[in-house]
Amino acid sequence: MATKNQPLNDPMLDPITGEDRVIAPGHTFKSVTEKISRIVLTSHTPIGWFGGLLLAGGGVSMLLVAVSWLFLKGVGIWAITQPVAWGFAIINFVWWIGIGHAGTLISAILLLFKQSWRNSINRFAEAMTIFAVVCAGMFPLIHVGRPWLGYWLFPYPNSMNVWPQFRSPLLWDVFAVSTYATISVVFWYIGLIPDLGTLRDRSQSKIAQFAYGWLALGWRGSVRHWVRYETASLLLAGLATPLVLSVHTVISFDFAVALLPGWHTTIFPPYFVAGAVYSGFAMVITLAVPIRKFYHLEDVITIRHIENMGKVMLTTGLIVAYGYAMEVFMSYWYSASHWEYFMMWNRMFGPMGWSYWVLVTCNIALPQLMWFRAFRRNVPLMFIMSFIINTGMWFERFVIVVTSLYRDYLPSSWGTYRATRWDYATFAGTLGLFTFLFFLFVRFLPMIPMSELRILLPQAKIHAEGEPLPEAGD
Amino acid sequence: MPIQEGTYGLLAEFDTPSELVRAAQSAYDSGYRRMDCYTPYPVEEAAAAIGFHRDNVSLLCLLGGLLGLVAMFSLETWISVWAYPLNIAGRPYYSWPAFVVPAYEWTILFAGLSAAFGMLALNGLPQVYHPLFNSVNFRNGATSDKFFLCLESTDPKFDVAESRVFLEGFKPVSVVEVEY
Repeated sequence: MATKNQPLNDPMLDPITGEDRVIAPGHTFKSVTEKISRIVLTSHTPIGWFGGLLLAGGGVSMLLVAVSWLFLKGVGIWAITQPVAWGFAIINFVWWIGIGHAGTLISAILLLFKQSWRNSINRFAEAMTIFAVVCAGMFPLIHVGRPWLGYWLFPYPNSMNVWPQFRSPLLWDVFAVSTYATISVVFWYIGLIPDLGTLRDRSQSKIAQFAYGWLALGWRGSVRHWVRYETASLLLAGLATPLVLSVHTVISFDFAVALLPGWHTTIFPPYFVAGAVYSGFAMVITLAVPIRKFYHLEDVITIRHIENMGKVMLTTGLIVAYGYAMEVFMSYWYSASHWEYFMMWNRMFGPMGWSYWVLVTCNIALPQLMWFRAFRRNVPLMFIMSFIINTGMWFERFVIVVTSLYRDYLPSSWGTYRATRWDYATFAGTLGLFTFLFFLFVRFLPMIPMSELRILLPQAKIHAEGEPLPEAGD
Repeated sequence: MPIQEGTYGLLAEFDTPSELVRAAQSAYDSGYRRMDCYTPYPVEEAAAAIGFHRDNVSLLCLLGGLLGLVAMFSLETWISVWAYPLNIAGRPYYSWPAFVVPAYEWTILFAGLSAAFGMLALNGLPQVYHPLFNSVNFRNGATSDKFFLCLESTDPKFDVAESRVFLEGFKPVSVVEVEY
C-alpha cells in the first residue's frame, strides 16, 4: 500500500509513509540485541581493528613526543609569536570542540524534538563528542606555557591568596568547557547503563561479566527505574541543549570581546554555533560510513540517516554562509571603519588570501551539491563531502585567528605566520588520539544503543485489543 | 541489611509488552501493590499499569540547578568584590553581567549531576545483588527480549499458590518462584 510513487516492495521503504526506514524490517528484540552485542562480546577481534588501532597508536605516540618536547622547550617550538600569538592551538581547540557539538545535538536536541531516527547514531555521536572534547581541552592547557599550573584557573583557596578574574572570557571558557565535558560524560554513561546490563547478562567470559556487571550498577530494567531514567535522560537533554549553545558562544566571546577588527563582531556567537554543528555532523558521517560498512550495520544506520544528516549540514552550512556574508557586509560597508575595511580586504586578497578562498570553496560552494537528493543519498560522495566540510571548518578558524592578527593597525608591526613541524605534529597527533579512543570504544562498548533501538521496532507497540482480558477484571 | 530467606516473589515471563501490560493492569486492579515489571526498554504503559506515575527526579534537578546558580554567583561576587578586588579596565568590582556566564554553566552542571545521580539514588543503584538475578530466565531475557512481572512476597495479598494460579491465568511463558 505505497502511497507515494515509490517502487513497490522495496523492503527499505516504509509501506505507510513511503519514507526510508530507520531500521530494516524483520528485526526482533532478540536480533537487535544479538547484532549489536556480538560486536562487543565476540572473542574474535577483526584484524582490521588491530591495524587501525596500530595506525592510530602511531598518531598518539607522535602526540606524546610533540607534547613532551613542548614541555621541555616551551611554546617557542610553535610558530606563535607577535603579532600572531594565537596559532594552531586555538584553531585546533575551536575546531575540535565544534566537532563535539554535533554529538550533543544528536543526543539532546533531536531527542527533545522526538526525532527517533537519531536513536541508532546517538551513542557513537556522543562518544565522538567526548573524544573531541578530550582533544580540544588539551590545547588551551598546553598553550598556557606552564601547564603544571593550569589548576590556577579554578577558584580554590590557596596560600598565595590569589583568585581568578571572572571578567575574562578565557575564564568563562574554563567553566563552559569543563561543564560541557562533565555533562557529556554523564549523559553518555547514563545512556550506556541499560546496554551495559545487557552485556553483563550476555557475556560468557568471567572478566567481561565482572567488568560490565560493575559498570551496569545492577541495572535490572524495572519499569519504575525506567520512568526515572527517562525523566533524567530528558532533563539531561534539556540541559545539554542550552549548554551546547552556550559553550560555543563563550568560545566565540574569546574573540568577539577583543577589540580587534575581524574579531569584534556580534555575529560570532550564532555563526560559531552553526559552524560547530556543521562540522560535527560532517564528522559523524566520516565515522558512520566506515563503521556501517565494516560492521555491516547498514540496516540500523540506513540511507535515511545519511540523507537527514546531509539536510542538517546543508542548513547549518547556509547559516554559516550567512555569517560570512554578514562579516563582509559589516566590515566593508556598515562599520565605516578603515581598519575593518582593510582587515577584510587583507583577509581576501592579502598574502594569506588563499586560505579565505579555501574556506569559501569548502564551506559554501561545494556543499551546495547537497541540494540534490541523489547526492545526499550517495554514501561515498557524502563521505568525501564530510572531509571537505571539516577541512573548510578548520580553515574558517585559521582565517579568523591568523588573518585577523598578522596585519594589525601599524604596518611596522606586521608579521606573518608559518606553522612549524611541531604545530603539525600536535594537530595530527590529536587526530590519532581521537581515532585511537574511537577504536577502543567500538570494540568494548555497544556503539549503537540497543535499548533505544528496541523502541523503534513495531513489536514495541502496545496492542490494546486484548481478546482474553479486554479491560481488566476489577 | 539483614539476611532474608524464603521467597522473594513470583516471576512471570512474557514474550510481548502488550501481554505484560495487560497482566500488570489486572494484578493492580485485583489489589496487588508490591510488584514490579521488568522490560528491556522503557514501557511507560507498564509503569502506569502498576500505578507508578510520579518521580522526583525533576525536583532534584531543579534544586541542584538553583544550588549551582547561587553557589557560583555568590562565589564570583565574593571573590571579585571582597576577597581579591582587581581593577580590570575600570570596570566595577561587582560586574554582574560577566558573572552570569560561569553561574549559568554551574546551574547546568549541578542540575545535570543532580538529575543523573539523583535518578541512580532514587533507583537504589548501584546495587550489586538482587534476588531476581537468581532466576536464569530473568538473567537471559530481562535486558534483551523478554518482559517480566514480579509479584513480591511482601505484598499482603501474596500467597505462593494463589498468586501462581493468578499469574498463570495470563498464559505467561513461565512462572518461577524466586528465592532471596
